Amino acid sequence: MLKMTHLSKVYRTEVVETYALRDFNIDVKEGEFVAVTGPSGSGKTTFLTIAGLLETFTGGHYHLDGIEVSQLNDNARSKIRNEKIGFIFQAFNLIPDLNVYDNVEVPLRYRGMKGAERKQRIMDALERVGLASRAKHYPAELSGGQQQRVAIARALAGSPRLLLADEPTGNLDTQMARGVMELLEEIHREGATIVMVTHDPELAARAQRNVHIIDGQVVDLSEEPRFHAQNARVADA
Amino acid sequence: MFGYYFQLGMRSLRRNPVLTALMVIAIGFGVAASMITWSVFRVVSGNPIPQKSGRLFTVLIDNRGPQYNDDGEPPEALTYTDANAMIRAHKAPHQTLFYPISLAVLPDGNRSLPLKAIGYATTADFFGMFDVPFEYGSAWSAQDDTRRAGVVVLSHQFNEQLFGGADSVGREVDLSGHIYRVVGVTRHFDPKPRYFDLFGGSAFDDPMQVYIPFNRADDLQINTAGRNTCGGAPDTGVGTGREGWLRGECSWIPVWVQLDTPAQVADYRAFLEGYAAKQQRAGRFRWPPNVRLRDVTDWLAFEHVVPPESRISLVVSIGFFVICLVNTIGLLLAKFMRRSAEIGVRRALGAPRGEIYRQFLIEAGTVGAAGGVLGVLLTAVGVGGVGLLFAPRIARLAQVDLPLMALTLLVAVVATVVAAFYPTWRAAKVQPAWQLKSN
Repeated sequence: MLKMTHLSKVYRTEVVETYALRDFNIDVKEGEFVAVTGPSGSGKTTFLTIAGLLETFTGGHYHLDGIEVSQLNDNARSKIRNEKIGFIFQAFNLIPDLNVYDNVEVPLRYRGMKGAERKQRIMDALERVGLASRAKHYPAELSGGQQQRVAIARALAGSPRLLLADEPTGNLDTQMARGVMELLEEIHREGATIVMVTHDPELAARAQRNVHIIDGQVVDLSEEPRFHAQNARVADA
Repeated sequence: MFGYYFQLGMRSLRRNPVLTALMVIAIGFGVAASMITWSVFRVVSGNPIPQKSGRLFTVLIDNRGPQYNDDGEPPEALTYTDANAMIRAHKAPHQTLFYPISLAVLPDGNRSLPLKAIGYATTADFFGMFDVPFEYGSAWSAQDDTRRAGVVVLSHQFNEQLFGGADSVGREVDLSGHIYRVVGVTRHFDPKPRYFDLFGGSAFDDPMQVYIPFNRADDLQINTAGRNTCGGAPDTGVGTGREGWLRGECSWIPVWVQLDTPAQVADYRAFLEGYAAKQQRAGRFRWPPNVRLRDVTDWLAFEHVVPPESRISLVVSIGFFVICLVNTIGLLLAKFMRRSAEIGVRRALGAPRGEIYRQFLIEAGTVGAAGGVLGVLLTAVGVGGVGLLFAPRIARLAQVDLPLMALTLLVAVVATVVAAFYPTWRAAKVQPAWQLKSN
């Protein structure tokens, strides 16, 4: 589903080159639930934005659903984003001037979908996250957990092949975070491929597979003692 | 998507009413200022007869010589001698001459007070050459010219006044004590500027009310009610009184010819040169032939028909509009850049850069449309105050009509959309990854 080979991302200024990702390799199979962990500044979010075609990369190869994306223009990248990828952000990123219904509708509009089909998909997605009754509410009228569920409904409405989640519970309290995580697990059980960036080892442990990034590279967890120690503490708790 | 973006645009306008009001006011006042001055300029600078302005020529012959003429240019009308010579020679397919007259009209016999009527003494070709439209009847014939017939063509307005708008063809009218038979009634005929009568300085005056044959007026010794330029003309010693004036070198009769092909133009020019050369040989002109054949556009430019204040005020008002638009650019930039987060989200959800352009330009278009509506209202009010800027005879030409209202709206929308390109370009450049990371 998602395969990056020897991928690099370099930020250049006049005086310095900074490698955000270096010789980065990852292969996520269809239907997998992968958690990407790593310390702050390790390159997790850069990986996620490149995976979501929100950013270009400097070198290497990236195949998404069998398509080499490096040569695609803005229109083609936007089309793939719209049709194949769903995003869930830590900050929810709902549009404050649009109500819940209209927020969920945004990606469907860009797909050129007819009104009746849009409505059906929006209501199905809202039903699924338990917010159909809040369709006319504005984001500011919802709790953080509800806002994140709207963001999930927005990501699901387009039936994407790949769901990219960036710290989806980072701004939520424990109870709300648990609800969102259960929702993601349910979506995964229904066959979606999920790649989730997280700092939270407990959340990472609920994924099928963990990928750890340090200094812009995927590292073998067995060679990373700190990670083991951290996981051990989580397990003890 | 247009409807969707229009809805978003309307929402965006409502979201920040103060910013929206500032933009709408800037555009409204800017476009209104331009349209008010345009309402005058379009009348004074328009081509009054676009379908044949390149085929109608005024004929000018230098009968004064280099010592007396202006910058080597012949007088703007012909003498009685030259004008009649041009008509008699009949070297053009269509040709006419005329002069303004002022007559007393006795409506309804002697039972009411006389009216003053202004008009032209002219020839039958006048009506066809200048595309005068007829409501009833037609122009008189060339035979009527030859027979020096007592016939008259009335204007629509004058026919309303005399006959209540009825078909008056065949009826008789008393003009300064002589009876004329009505042969035609024109529809409204009031070209602005009145290109064929610039010599009389009446380019923007009221339309003429009556037209009678030149020969008839000549027989009745009806004097010109227009300009008569004799200054500097050599004394030809032809005597005094009307006969002396007619045979002298006073210029007062505009002559026009219609020449439909370049060959006809070349032939007529050669004829004019020949005519002037003949006058030189005869000892009347003591200078080489100096003649002009100017078409309508050339004639309007030569006569500087567009009042300078009209051009200046238009330039100033357009400058004001540009300043308003520059302000609008700043306001739009602030408005759009505050929505970087929204742009990032839309890009992430599949909006190509082109869709961001479309959304924001349509939003700018809605601002422009609102500014245009305000502009139409302000233009309607402002046209009433044009008299503060222009002479009354020019100011009264300014009118708010459907084309002006449509143009006001169109200019407001197009100008705002064009002004929005830079703010939109900046907005569309937002990197979604950075925007979403920063959130």
